Amino acid sequence: MTFWILAPIMVVAALGILFVRKAVHAALLLAVVMISLAFLYAVLDAPFLFAVQIIVYTGAILMLFLFVMMLIGVDATDSVVETIRGQRAMAVVLGLLFGTTLVLGVSQVTLGTVVGLDEANAGGNVPAIANILFSRYVFAFEATSALLITAALGAMVLAHRERLTPKATQADLAAQRIRDFAEHGKHPGPLPSPGVYARHNAVDTPALLPDGTAAESSVSRVLAARGTVRSAPAMADDIDDVRRQIAGFEAQDPTTDPAAMPETSGKAGAPAHTTEDVRKDVDQ
Amino acid sequence: MTQYVVLSAILFTIGCVGVLTRRNAIVVFMCVELMLNACNLAFVAFARQHGNLDGQITAFFVMVVAAAEVVIGLAIIMTIFRTRRSASVDDASLLKY
Repeated sequence: MTFWILAPIMVVAALGILFVRKAVHAALLLAVVMISLAFLYAVLDAPFLFAVQIIVYTGAILMLFLFVMMLIGVDATDSVVETIRGQRAMAVVLGLLFGTTLVLGVSQVTLGTVVGLDEANAGGNVPAIANILFSRYVFAFEATSALLITAALGAMVLAHRERLTPKATQADLAAQRIRDFAEHGKHPGPLPSPGVYARHNAVDTPALLPDGTAAESSVSRVLAARGTVRSAPAMADDIDDVRRQIAGFEAQDPTTDPAAMPETSGKAGAPAHTTEDVRKDVDQ
Repeated sequence: MTQYVVLSAILFTIGCVGVLTRRNAIVVFMCVELMLNACNLAFVAFARQHGNLDGQITAFFVMVVAAAEVVIGLAIIMTIFRTRRSASVDDASLLKY
């Protein structure tokens, strides 16, 4: 029963690996296949392999895949261009041929009655596996340890990058900063902080220079590249707006009806503020 | 029991086609993992068929070797990416000429 639920899911997910463009999606689909496989192991009387499949495959190997994917760039997609003409079609034809042969061959074999693992698993699956692993397969087990150490060393050697230039010390950085100032006139101090306004205070509003223009260096380059920087003069205009309203209050008789005041509203895009808001601001 | 082996064959074939068609080295690697997993399924199924645990032991060793292989393979992919700024298998064709 479990098999007939999981098998279609696994085949669909595996086929998805062939068709999705992004590597991350392929990794997630592979995770589906592997977890389903773990459940099939549980059905097949292999509780130890069920745990190992989830811990080692889904937990370690797939996470390693995802880590490397993040290092390489998540957005890397496959190129659609074929380097060898007709390679894709050939591969599909070959795959279909191979698959049909394999499936037909397997389905024609009569496997006989299933012996089942009840007898072998009598004292528990894990003790039974341990008994075999540390007696008949003990040499293979020792060889495995050598393999794992070699793999760990190999990964370290491959991932290690020799530093070709000496690391820049703080003194070097300071000297470079002063050199930039002497040669290009680049400001040696820290960058200005973004603007703080009466109605907006966030990293996306540039500070204003004394002449009223925006200080470009006060907002992050990332925000500038995304085009989400707010216009500082527009914000400054809001300030002027508030100031005008306050001036209007003071000029008028406090007993007059607020509704009769000249219509004032914020800049387009900014929430329209009413005279009540302004009075609140004044009170504060 | 036949259905497990058939499913294993189908998964192996899908992995095979993936290795042949995909260009991204990481996805190619994932397809290799899919093939290894398909073999493991067959091993575990046959272990139950024959009533001894040797198949499960073999599947366990396959997992260990796959883990080692993934570590080295991904390190190689990263090294290639560092020098060529690309994870596509088509770009690593220097040995061809």
